[in-house]
Amino acid sequence: MSKYETVIGLEVHAELSTNSKIFCGCPTEFGAPPNTHTCPICLGHPGVLPVTNKQAVEFAMKAALALNCEISRETKFDRKNYFYPDSPKAYQISQFDQPIGYNGWIDIEVNGETKRIGITRLHLEEDAGKLTHSDFGAESLIDFNRVGVPLLEIVSEPDIRTPEEARAYLEKLKAIIQYTEVSDVRMEQGSLRCDANVSIRPYDQEEFGTRAELKNMNSFRNVQMGLEYEVLRQSEILSSGGTVVQETRRWDEANKKTLTMRSKEEAHDYRYFPDPDLVRMQISEEWIEAVRATIPELPDARQARYVNEFGLSKDDAGVITISKETADFFDETVKTGADPKSVANWLMVDLLAHLNANNLVFADVKMTPKGLGEMIKLIEDGTISSKIAKTVFKEMVETGKEPKQIVEEKGLVQISDEGALRQVVVDAVNSNPQAVADFKSGNEKAAAFFVGQVMKQTKGKANPGMVNKLIQEVLNSL
Amino acid sequence: MSAITRKEVEHVANLARLQLTEEEAERYTKDLNAILDFAAKLNELDTSNIEPTSHATDVKNVMREDVNRPSLPREDVLKNAPDHEDGQFKVPAVFE
Amino acid sequence: MSLFDKRLSEIHSALRAKELSVTDLVQASIASIKEHDGEIKSVLHVDEEGALAHARQLDKRLVKGNEELGLLYGLPAGLKDNLVTKDIRTTCASKFLANYDPVHDGTASKKVKDADAVIVAKLNMDEFAMGGSNENSGFFPAKNPWNTDYVPGGSSGGSAAAMAARHFYFTLGSDTGGSIRQPAAFCGVVGLKPTYGRVSRFGLVAFASSLDQIGPVTKNVEDSAYVLQAIAGHDEYDSTSANVEVPDYLSALTGDVKGLRIGVPKELIGEGIDPEVRDAVLAALKQLENMGATWSEVSMPHTEYAVPAYYLLSSSEASSNLARFDGVRYGVRADNAANLIELYKESRSQGFGPEVKRRIMLGTYALSSGYYDAYYKKAQQVRTLIIQDFNNIFADYDVILHPTTPSTAFKVGENVDDPVKMYLEDICTVPVNLAGLPAISVPCGFSKNGLPIGLQIVGRAFDESTVLRVAHAYEQTAGFYGRKPEWVRG
Repeated sequence: MSKYETVIGLEVHAELSTNSKIFCGCPTEFGAPPNTHTCPICLGHPGVLPVTNKQAVEFAMKAALALNCEISRETKFDRKNYFYPDSPKAYQISQFDQPIGYNGWIDIEVNGETKRIGITRLHLEEDAGKLTHSDFGAESLIDFNRVGVPLLEIVSEPDIRTPEEARAYLEKLKAIIQYTEVSDVRMEQGSLRCDANVSIRPYDQEEFGTRAELKNMNSFRNVQMGLEYEVLRQSEILSSGGTVVQETRRWDEANKKTLTMRSKEEAHDYRYFPDPDLVRMQISEEWIEAVRATIPELPDARQARYVNEFGLSKDDAGVITISKETADFFDETVKTGADPKSVANWLMVDLLAHLNANNLVFADVKMTPKGLGEMIKLIEDGTISSKIAKTVFKEMVETGKEPKQIVEEKGLVQISDEGALRQVVVDAVNSNPQAVADFKSGNEKAAAFFVGQVMKQTKGKANPGMVNKLIQEVLNSL
Repeated sequence: MSAITRKEVEHVANLARLQLTEEEAERYTKDLNAILDFAAKLNELDTSNIEPTSHATDVKNVMREDVNRPSLPREDVLKNAPDHEDGQFKVPAVFE
Repeated sequence: MSLFDKRLSEIHSALRAKELSVTDLVQASIASIKEHDGEIKSVLHVDEEGALAHARQLDKRLVKGNEELGLLYGLPAGLKDNLVTKDIRTTCASKFLANYDPVHDGTASKKVKDADAVIVAKLNMDEFAMGGSNENSGFFPAKNPWNTDYVPGGSSGGSAAAMAARHFYFTLGSDTGGSIRQPAAFCGVVGLKPTYGRVSRFGLVAFASSLDQIGPVTKNVEDSAYVLQAIAGHDEYDSTSANVEVPDYLSALTGDVKGLRIGVPKELIGEGIDPEVRDAVLAALKQLENMGATWSEVSMPHTEYAVPAYYLLSSSEASSNLARFDGVRYGVRADNAANLIELYKESRSQGFGPEVKRRIMLGTYALSSGYYDAYYKKAQQVRTLIIQDFNNIFADYDVILHPTTPSTAFKVGENVDDPVKMYLEDICTVPVNLAGLPAISVPCGFSKNGLPIGLQIVGRAFDESTVLRVAHAYEQTAGFYGRKPEWVRG
């Protein structure tokens, strides 16, 4: 056990799924050719003015409420002034002292224990453009398509104590935002981003240690690894009598370590002031309630429902509900009449394994809830074995075909014809006298050998229960 | 109120991304001191209970619906650009 | 009488009677600029080709008949060069934007075109509207048509000088701390700053966003009412533009001021005001009294704090508004910058003139860490006190009257070395911007050396109708109507 306690705070940015940008009418869609989703307003031309997208404000309110935040009744936008080529006005329109949401929390579960992590604030701001650097490092190119996409910034309290908790917090936060449908929270497309502040301190010390800010962690796994590395680095510094320097470090994925960012750190002075181009906002009780009414069942509530209604274990319900897509799929499948525990099992074990093995995401899955429901019925009525079902399942996930069609096309129907199977067993027994002798001398494993032989002959389609029964019968009758 | 020093003038110029000549730095140190002396007149007023006016209008909640408007053709986007390449604006490297 | 001395109704009658064409009007405007602007230098760029093409198009429409003509049909206009005009160079009289060709129109530019006026030229100004003499133009200073040894005022000096020279039928300017009214007073024309929010700021290159307003500069009050009618109104592209009904301003010009209650702030009529100016304003009050109005001295106790508060607020906002001029997407880019920071610094330092840099420095300082409360926030609180001063007076009075400027136009070069002295010249105009109120400057006499004097009439928020009514009633009887420099033809 280390003699230092870790203190972590996370800063998460999520792009909102509005049609248009936060202050102009350009589309927010990802992946367009460079600078084709821009106009004089988002390019910061002389004389232009911003006008706030109401949907962005409501999405921010919705996320804030889902994260148990209080809503600022009086709020406004402020200008954060700094020069950088991805920021066309040389100020970012953001919120300084009156964030839309504040004092929120979410519960996370780590090692079977529930812990509450505070959310300091949630505010609305505009995203920046995208810079790419040329190979030789002499030039940078700027694409302003992303500039002005509405962005939520969600800042946690420094309540997180381990990299594992940090990951659990991110997964829970992502799930909640995904459930509210205000963002598609795709880290690989940059619509969800995370920075971390991490410091360590001796357990008996009250004030926080000097922190490092970690950037460039583009997956939850990298966040966890980056934090683990950083905790180790700082512990080594303190243990050897050194002092941690306050700085911004970036996660180097290739070398699995954090590095001081190359850019020179200068003391920032953002000179925040209220943006005179945007009038103040007043958020009424009625407005809050109208937005609250649009919030769907959230992960915690859904998890509890799966435990109470379907008898799933809390852990299993947690795995399914952490992704809205999986949970929605689960609900749809159960509606077809399939056994919930069986559905949960297929989704948690087989589907996740398939996705991980092939580096896919849920959106790539072609299987329908109806298909999965029917497949489970085919197992129950003995049409296919659970072993064969794995083949059917893989095919369904990849092609979206109906399970019955797959079973027919591939000739996967289970052989439950006793006469035919008895013949296969008899053939196997006749051609393997040594195994029969083993069986006679009391080696029960020899029975398993014959099961394998029969399955091989039937290409796995034999009804396993019937095969076991027949082998015992034939061997014992010799 | 304390006077603004030559060093502070240089710091402010850096924040504002202005390159001052020796002469300008001298000049603005003098000018800013004169203007700030003049501004110090405001301290004659006790404003401890006065709300600041940040906006010229009391109107609130002016917003637009989430509707797309046409973006510019890219040739217009780049029309005034001092330098561009492959449809993107070009600048010297961000990192030194 | 020059074509542009005629009343709008006379011009429109002549156009309908085919005694005159829009092309004639535009050619007269271009000819006036070519002949007489060499010395005045009120014009930065003439869009001769575009303006004549537009004129021909408008002439054709009248030939076809039947069509409703726009309110400002056929009138040649000049726009201050901080109003964004699609495909017409827009420089803000700054070297930084010397080659900037906008790809979109500002709302005011669009509205004057929608009203069938013809944009002929873009006008000189103090760079980015910072200044009160036009000496801060990044290209060349404009001169006062009444006497070219004198400044035309600023920052809309080009808009006022061009009107005094009758280059156009009307011009547009912008007013952040007096930038329409002060040059109108110096040049003997009518300048109106509407209520903050009355005219959309979309397409006005921002100097100080919470203070800027666009307004007309005209030869008389009637034209001012026409132009305001055309450019006023809510704009979905400017969330600070007011969603308030636009009344019929022409019908407000009744000539009647009976029962009007006028407040005259003692702080703006006594010490610090040139006696010649004071006498002219007192004579105007007498005149209005004769017409049935009453006036009393009132007090605006925080007047002396308005100028420092104004300079802190406007410079702070400007420091942020002008940060976008970084040489990345448009404008000047310094050659051979070794890195990005150098590119920023060199481009901005080459592109901006001394006064612009001075204000950016002041504003950056006032917003910076550790000084925000002492300067920026303090100035915002003083702004609240000044608004209260106005509210107190408007509880009992319909309009406030005082000089537009403490003295008549000063000589070129007279105030350039002392920024504080230059700033103090704005004492009569900046309180109105801090409170966002409508105000007009109308000619009310001449100094012994023949320079015009301006009378300022300030109204309640969104009550431009009363301001225009009083100005018009006064103008019709005061005897200065239509005066222009002797050399101006006609």
